[in-house]
Amino acid sequence: MINKVLNRLDPLLILSAALMGVALYLIFIWVPTETNQGAVQRILYFHVPVAWGSMMGILVVSGSSFMYLWKKNEKWDRLAVASAEVGVVFGGIMLLSGMIWARPVWAVWWTGEAKLTTALILFFIYVAYLMFRAYFPPGAHRQRLAAIIGVTGAIDTPIIYFATNLWSQAHPPLVTGPAADADSTLGSDLGIVLLASTIAFTFLFIFLVQNRYKIRKSEDDLVELKRASSTSVMTGAN
Amino acid sequence: MMGSFAVIWEIGRKDLLLEIRNKDVVVAIAGFALLVLVIFTFAIDLNQSNAKLVGPGVLWAGIAFAGVTGLNRAFALEVEGNTLEALMLAPMSRDLIYLGKALGNFLFIAVAQIIVIPVFAVLFNLVVFRWEMLVISLLTTIGFSAVGTLFAAMSVRVRAREVMLPLLFLPVVIPLLMAAVESTSHIVNGRSWSDISQWLQLAVAFDVTFVVVFAFIFQHILED
Repeated sequence: MINKVLNRLDPLLILSAALMGVALYLIFIWVPTETNQGAVQRILYFHVPVAWGSMMGILVVSGSSFMYLWKKNEKWDRLAVASAEVGVVFGGIMLLSGMIWARPVWAVWWTGEAKLTTALILFFIYVAYLMFRAYFPPGAHRQRLAAIIGVTGAIDTPIIYFATNLWSQAHPPLVTGPAADADSTLGSDLGIVLLASTIAFTFLFIFLVQNRYKIRKSEDDLVELKRASSTSVMTGAN
Repeated sequence: MMGSFAVIWEIGRKDLLLEIRNKDVVVAIAGFALLVLVIFTFAIDLNQSNAKLVGPGVLWAGIAFAGVTGLNRAFALEVEGNTLEALMLAPMSRDLIYLGKALGNFLFIAVAQIIVIPVFAVLFNLVVFRWEMLVISLLTTIGFSAVGTLFAAMSVRVRAREVMLPLLFLPVVIPLLMAAVESTSHIVNGRSWSDISQWLQLAVAFDVTFVVVFAFIFQHILED
């Protein structure tokens, strides 16, 4: 029984679970509380790795969308949709955890700072990417159009960043909280925990994308099977 | 064999002719945008100081939302009349079809603005008739129609077309909207070219990027 379960387990799952355990230990037990911000500073150890994950997601979506348009190989489309879904989930966690952190530290939930606004706009573009895929009938046409949205998001990113930068210069961000400008009191400890957590989340990201990719492949195979069986039924009736 | 510009103009002229006959799109865009303006004059307690603050944002949000409704029609008519296939069969390259359709959309949104912006000036009591305003509104309209034409072509066969187009279109044009709003707010505050030059550069960069890339990419959309 136990052997069966163990055989089913993905080594990547075991690795990311173990790393996550180490990261959780470091975050909640090992590292001392930052004195300026207090316990809320620990959100950083989740926020940064998750932001990194969502950025990887976007990079992989746009890269594989481009490859799909170029090579027309299904595997690039599967990789794009898998990393878009994981990237959007990571992006959502990034936005939420950032807001929860900002409220006590910056005294506002949200501000018009360039990086925040860029992240939010990109989040919307990739949500639209997934919605488009959900609404459009499956097939090669959908994959091509979705790839175009993926590439468009990548092209738009530097323009969005430049625009939000200019915009936030005109409207200085409202960052007035109690510990907004204070330096960290943690020194190199912060870097160690952050690195461990980032590695753990990176493996989690790869594990999730890999699994979503496999499910996607099964879905495609199923569609193919159904099509094959329905054609054989039709030819049989004739 | 017609030259490229002649082809683009012919497609744009076809849409324009249809529009002159039934006046669907321009009336829809202008009507929608005017309603947004009017609703905001109720929603906000307008006075001389806050009009300058919120006016530009309201104007461009109205034009962007209204533009989406107009763009929805651009390819819907082609699909309803089964003329998209005819357009695809025509012996011309696909990027010219895109540019022709974008030209049509550009003209519709531009004409709608000729109606909307004067009403905006009256309702919000702001001075907007300046060369700067003409330039930024042309640049914004080019970007809207460049992005909108491609996304409209993409969402024309989607189940929920009316929902899909704004979800795709609005986040992508946010940088252009920022440029339009910021420039307009400089303009109503009586500032000049030097204050908006960076935003104009951004708008030009946006327009050039998307016109070129989307003209190139458009063949992937129609290909069937």
